[in-house]
Amino acid sequence: KPYRETGIDERFIIKDGDFVVLQRGDVYKAVQIQKKRKVIFEKQWFFLDNAVGELYGSTFEVASGGSLQPRKSKHPEIPAEVKESGMDNRNIVDDGRSQKLTRDDIETLKEQGLKGQEIVQQLVENSTTFRDKTEFAQEKYIKKKKKKYENIITILKPSTRILALMYHGREPGKICHLRYDTLAQMLTLGNIHAGSKVIVFETCAGLVLGAVMERMGGYGSVIQMYPGGGPTRAATDSFGFPEHFHRTLHEFPLCKVKALLAGTLSPDEEGKDSVDGPAAEHLDTTAGQLIDGIFHFILHLLQAQEKKVKMEEKRKKLSAAAALLQGRNADGLVVASRFHPCPVLLTLLRFVAPSRPFVVYCQYREPLIECYSKLREQGGVINLRLSETWLRHYQVLPNRTHPVLLMSGGGGYILSGTTIDDSASASGPQKAEEPAPKRIKLQETVA
Amino acid sequence: MSFVEYSELIQEGDVAIIFLGHDSMFPLMVQSGAQTQTRYGVIRHSTDLIGRRYGSKVTCSKGGWVYVLHPTPELWTLNLPHRTQILYATDIANITMMLELKPGSVVCESGTGSGSLSHAMLRTIAPTGHLYTVEFHQQRAEKATEEFREHKVDHLVTVLNQDVCKDGFGVTGVADAVFLDIPSPWEAVGHAKSAMKRQGGRLCSFSPCIEQVQRTCAALAEHGFGEICTLEVLLRLYDVRAVSLPLPDFGPDDPSRTDPGVPDRAGPSVPTNTAVTCRTAIAPREMAGHTGYLTFASKSLV
Repeated sequence: KPYRETGIDERFIIKDGDFVVLQRGDVYKAVQIQKKRKVIFEKQWFFLDNAVGELYGSTFEVASGGSLQPRKSKHPEIPAEVKESGMDNRNIVDDGRSQKLTRDDIETLKEQGLKGQEIVQQLVENSTTFRDKTEFAQEKYIKKKKKKYENIITILKPSTRILALMYHGREPGKICHLRYDTLAQMLTLGNIHAGSKVIVFETCAGLVLGAVMERMGGYGSVIQMYPGGGPTRAATDSFGFPEHFHRTLHEFPLCKVKALLAGTLSPDEEGKDSVDGPAAEHLDTTAGQLIDGIFHFILHLLQAQEKKVKMEEKRKKLSAAAALLQGRNADGLVVASRFHPCPVLLTLLRFVAPSRPFVVYCQYREPLIECYSKLREQGGVINLRLSETWLRHYQVLPNRTHPVLLMSGGGGYILSGTTIDDSASASGPQKAEEPAPKRIKLQETVA
Repeated sequence: MSFVEYSELIQEGDVAIIFLGHDSMFPLMVQSGAQTQTRYGVIRHSTDLIGRRYGSKVTCSKGGWVYVLHPTPELWTLNLPHRTQILYATDIANITMMLELKPGSVVCESGTGSGSLSHAMLRTIAPTGHLYTVEFHQQRAEKATEEFREHKVDHLVTVLNQDVCKDGFGVTGVADAVFLDIPSPWEAVGHAKSAMKRQGGRLCSFSPCIEQVQRTCAALAEHGFGEICTLEVLLRLYDVRAVSLPLPDFGPDDPSRTDPGVPDRAGPSVPTNTAVTCRTAIAPREMAGHTGYLTFASKSLV
């Protein structure tokens, strides 16, 4: 394979075991490269074996048999030889009979091994109304047919951008309908950057966690708070982070937060189940049964030992996370869950240092209104802001530029703010809510 | 302190943000012996700031108080001295994510302008990335250089005073991402492409006018860029307030029989309440309706 020899940065080359994202048009799917493993994507079955060694961003076609064929050269588009075209559609009647090829005809062409581009060509030639369409309509027609019959798959390196787009398009319910631009706002408003200590609580399949980790670059630490049994990280795995990123990732169960805050979290909490030695076996006298008995005895010993080691690891992890939280000096808090944000925010904010940002996402507005009010009452925060972003895509083509017809109805809401240290005694009432005067520029300092 | 790393205590030479209350803030440079006037009185740097924790409440000479905040690129954006129209956090957030910026990214930017986006990008690409930023206006280039130094991020950025359309970004084959916010971005697409890594990268062009967008998209397609996508994002802010809605008076109840036809307020009997309060989120009278169109693209494999 050519790329290996050119000494290109490893990170740009697809390897066996990599987590990648398959793309066709605007459909994405996250998969792991596993040789000889069949993958299904957009109604096609294929193997990813031939992708190994190619560059990320490469495009492929699915050949018969399910193997991927790299498209090395940029295929010249169907030459825009504008043979004939009409002026407008006043005489074009849509009777559903303008295409002479039947479904079966097209299937036959596919079986004959015709490529997508060639099938589109056939459709154009067999359409009675094609030459009456305007140039624009012809372009649109070809684009539509290409989308249907060309099966070009691109293999992308995962990133927040791609995974957020994918989840929002494919499984928005899994991420509380968090739209990708809203996620972008959270990462920026939260000042997520390398070297900080961030607390994350999310029920977005681990997408938000992964996005935070990507922006931390393996520096600093992330503590994921989790409800119930354990943290969900399906989406986090899809990012394909290098091993050392996981050393910065910690987790802490919500159910132990009260204990931690009260200072009553005992280090032996997790190791409660005592791991005693195996029950003494009643050894029979016959030799065979003796050996059998010893075998089972050793097996139990090993299993108990393994369990002990696991418990010890779990205890160590809990301790480590607790130690990070205990200082109550986290640099930020990011919340995006299906739980009511109020108690989550009010409780977890206690772990955050003063003069640090926090961001809470909610699919609905009312719970955040409640949060806002409670925080105003409680104090300890400033610059409280309830916002949402409005997003619109555009089609940009010569003489055909306009916003895209369908638009996202909503992407959720964000409540953000900055913590402050309110503990110093106030020296009297002060109207903090008065409207701002004309903006003060950089103040003159008098030495 | 630095714009790319948090610290706990205020130190001499820091740039801190003084928060006076609702939407009222300003930046200041902490200097031993210095004093700063505010409407609540004087802040004496040596006693009130140096050595204190960021986020502390500082009482000024007249008795009122302020909060001292650790600088962040977002706070800087809201408080920096404008030399040009700037980008705000809403656009910046999308640009950052769509360009896939992260620690270690190498970015090329033009024009530097007032450095609003620059600071945000530096925060994201630190500690191992680098920003090459090109500004054709000499004074703006110098001011930006000075600010990067004051904000202790100069090791992460190289400022070039030249015309990106003629002379490019000064580097080739190194950038993971390129950002353009110039009057004629289509003239810089070629330079952007060569500044980017051979294996690919991301590009973003920000333009207020649709005509600029059209020309840029055409240039991107000509140069073989893929995934060309144009969008715009707007921020909708809400004011959380308790509002009082008066209840109408339909006259006294007929004591002989209850008439279900006239609706009373839903729920248990509301005797003599004349108004109902609800907590709601109100949209402001006006909002920013347009900043610019964001066009993104990916450099395809050569």
